[in-house]
Amino acid sequence: MRLTAHILSLVAKLLSGASVRWVDEFKIDTCQRVYFANHTSHLDALVLWSSLPKQLRALTRPVAAKDYWNKGVIRRHIADTFNALLIDRTNIKVHRSPVETMIRAIGHEHSLIVFPEGGRNTEPEMGPFKSGLFYLAKKKPELELIPVYMDNLNRVLPKGEFLPVPLLSCITIGAPMWLEEGEKKMDFLARARDSVQRLKDL
Amino acid sequence: MADATVPLTRFFDTPTKLLLGIVFGLLVIALLVIYALRRQPESFVNPAVRRTFELRVRAWCMMFAILVAGFTLGSSGTVVLFGLVSFWALREYITMTPTRPADHKTLFWALFFFTPAQYLLVGWGEQWGTDNAPFYGSFSVLIPVYASLLIPTSIAISGDEKRFLERTAKIQVGLLICVYSLSYAPAILNLQLYDYQDDQILWQGSKAGLLFYFVLLVQLGDIFQYSWGKLVGRRVIAPKINSSRTWEGLIGGVATTAMIAAALFSVTPFGPLEAACMGAVVAIMGFAGGMTMSAIKRDRGVKDYGTLVQGHAGVLDRIDSLCFAAPVFFHFAIHRPFLWG
Repeated sequence: MRLTAHILSLVAKLLSGASVRWVDEFKIDTCQRVYFANHTSHLDALVLWSSLPKQLRALTRPVAAKDYWNKGVIRRHIADTFNALLIDRTNIKVHRSPVETMIRAIGHEHSLIVFPEGGRNTEPEMGPFKSGLFYLAKKKPELELIPVYMDNLNRVLPKGEFLPVPLLSCITIGAPMWLEEGEKKMDFLARARDSVQRLKDL
Repeated sequence: MADATVPLTRFFDTPTKLLLGIVFGLLVIALLVIYALRRQPESFVNPAVRRTFELRVRAWCMMFAILVAGFTLGSSGTVVLFGLVSFWALREYITMTPTRPADHKTLFWALFFFTPAQYLLVGWGEQWGTDNAPFYGSFSVLIPVYASLLIPTSIAISGDEKRFLERTAKIQVGLLICVYSLSYAPAILNLQLYDYQDDQILWQGSKAGLLFYFVLLVQLGDIFQYSWGKLVGRRVIAPKINSSRTWEGLIGGVATTAMIAAALFSVTPFGPLEAACMGAVVAIMGFAGGMTMSAIKRDRGVKDYGTLVQGHAGVLDRIDSLCFAAPVFFHFAIHRPFLWG
């Protein structure tokens, strides 16, 4: 891992004062996973990535928006450090859909961090999930889908703010779920959203 | 006894060393008791009492370590360490208090401008002042005047008018308790006791010793109030706020703290009677701090600041009494010549 990654993950930990809770005991398992979380802050991906154990961190790639993270040297360098998978939100083509890109990029060893709300949410309630998670699960059913709830990060660095307020935040990592046989898209997405929501009150 | 030209001996005189040694010995005994209790069956003592005791002892060891580390680094080291404690306490306080998104910038300034500025002024007070004209003016007005006026302005500029007074008050109270009040503890290191009539410095003892004496009294006040309350407590003062604080505990705690304060008078500029009064005042203010923070916690529906976010030790739980007692102790100490002649 590079020096920038170490420094940034240390800064992220100090700023977010994040305590990490694992609901299940399966922390260090290098099977392929998709961590999906609520999205309220630029720090989300960084903090979630930093709170994973080292072995998993090396294998996990946050999915991020190309239009934002490909702008400017610094952003590109940060995205590069975390081995981020940049997805084009604006120009989606059928034969190069984001889901195809993700599946190709993770191969047989990497895991992903995704934010299925699609963008940073400013409302107190989570937004509806986009369908990407469903297609990902359908095309690669062996992936473990792991819900994550990130509490208080919207207060540390809300959308539209530049200066962070280092409050204490909490990251809850839930038990894995999978796409059920014959489960409808809408049902699955509602169930996935629900599994994140439920971690909030744990 | 003390030589003004050698700062370290003034910082660490014999009575101070003796007091530090005694407290260190007591802490070792407390740790041994914990170790012994852990080997006993669960039913040997009330588990709640045991847990409280363990948490307390852990906090005291931390405090002792911080104070001794600070003393070894000198007075600026102590100021910086207290500043970090304030920062962490304010962080806990704001985490617990709901704020609106528009308060974000104000919170940033509270944490990153007013907190360090307050401690810079406390630290610099010593350099700016002279022996016969100590400089307390700047740190004693920064938060009550400047922060109090600028916080509402900053929230007004943010353009969100909802519950304006409530939001302003929350941030002001946080700064006042976690930062302003606590900063009076390291300010004891700059305390100058000067007799204007005789034009001479009244006291040349160790300021570090006085600060340690103060922290010790606050902690003893807490212990004795808790113990007296457990032993003979009947009349609970405010059951809705805190079910363990009783009138018997308060009176017993204040009296016992006053006696110990008098017994340890030799590290202070006070005589035995004055020291007893100081002990009583410190214990009463510690009680006030505990009650106030309990009320804030009950209102927010949390039991301890520590359980607010799992895995974090609650700093605010441990320093509430210290915060309330510090400014009053300081104020009484500098006005001692006027109070006692």
